[in-house]
Amino acid sequence: MIDKEISTLGQAVADVADGATVMIGGFGEAGSPIELIHALIDQGATDLTVVNNNAGSGEVGLAALLKAGRVAKLICSFPRTAGSSVFPDLYRSGRISLELVPQGSLAERIRAGGAGIPAFYTPTTVGTPLEEGKERRTFGGRDYVLEHGLTADFALIKCLRADRYGNLVYNKTARNFGPVMATAAATTIVQAADIVEAGELDPEAVVTPGIFVDRVVKVENPAHESELIARGETYP
Amino acid sequence: MTSTDRSIGWSREEMAERAALDIPGGSYVNLGIGIPEKVAKCVPTDREVVYHTENGLLGMGPSPTSEHGDPELINAGKRQVTAIPGAAYFHHADSFVMIRGGHIDICILGAMQVSRTGDLANWSTGDPDAVPAVGGAMDLVAGVRTVYVITQHCTKDGRPKLVEACSYPLTGRAVVKRIYTDLAVIDIGTGGFQLVELAPGIGFEYVRERTDANLVPMGG
Repeated sequence: MIDKEISTLGQAVADVADGATVMIGGFGEAGSPIELIHALIDQGATDLTVVNNNAGSGEVGLAALLKAGRVAKLICSFPRTAGSSVFPDLYRSGRISLELVPQGSLAERIRAGGAGIPAFYTPTTVGTPLEEGKERRTFGGRDYVLEHGLTADFALIKCLRADRYGNLVYNKTARNFGPVMATAAATTIVQAADIVEAGELDPEAVVTPGIFVDRVVKVENPAHESELIARGETYP
Repeated sequence: MTSTDRSIGWSREEMAERAALDIPGGSYVNLGIGIPEKVAKCVPTDREVVYHTENGLLGMGPSPTSEHGDPELINAGKRQVTAIPGAAYFHHADSFVMIRGGHIDICILGAMQVSRTGDLANWSTGDPDAVPAVGGAMDLVAGVRTVYVITQHCTKDGRPKLVEACSYPLTGRAVVKRIYTDLAVIDIGTGGFQLVELAPGIGFEYVRERTDANLVPMGG
């Protein structure tokens, strides 16, 4: 019987190796798999390349992983957050490298990576500093820039409900990068607030089909970044 | 450098109101952070407009009352919002299919500088000490059919934001169609900045002195 449920967060992230590339879902706090990130901090993997739209806030979740010195490189569209100095401090002191990617190009690079497409042309960044070093080509009289697909060793994703096959549905705008990241990682690890019996998720409404998911761990009442920060919490 | 009296011309709300008049009913619209966000409240009530937020919602409604907020229902500025009846959620790649694929009719953004040819700079001052952050701005200007800008005419220290050529790093080249400032509505025309409308009590010369490129008078 196929059953992707893993009983503990620690087991779910146990094999993340030093130097791994890890895609982490979330846009701001919406969809941020805080419990999986904290388990990764506990696990100890370092020298990671992390793909996330942002750079975390406060000193919990992604910001805590950065603060712990585990991330060598961040691939990101918007690493600035009001009220967080973790990434700016690392960046200014040269302790982390940043690959800045426009948000839509980041999403499409991940989608392409998951779809077996090594590169694509996009109009985004033409004529801007972020075009530097990239191939430009003209189609139909308009200029486009070559962007490469992105894949990862692991993806850490948060969803609302899952079943044992790894079919997923999300909560509102917490969906964001989850579905594309699930396709682009060799091993996709999901935290779900609820794991239901097979058949309980409407097949018409499944957002991420289980083929893209490797492990599901139940986190019944996931924390929200803003609430942890409001309580003055840090991790570990 | 020419000082600008912020007590004259249009207020931030009035700039948003003026821009809202140019949004036709039935439009799909993406609003940037800051003054552009205010436009949603100002669109005439007989026009139905659907708001897109690039983090994954079409049919964005106003901020929730405090007891109904969900930290996982937010806009691109990471503030809590609501979803209207008839809204749809989608993942990021689909969201930027809507943007890059030309499906969003209008976006309204803030600006640090706009050039006379419609180049936009709104993501970086180029300061090497600043943490660079771009978000979805470059995708929006590359993909949305009509790009409007709402901005103060001059910086806080009185420097023109409408310039011959942007000195800040570009967000996109020749992308802006119309600019709403506290002093005027200005189009990117073939001869440069084309004045469309003056704020009440503002004269052409006053705007021209605060514009760092050729300003073509109305009917000119």
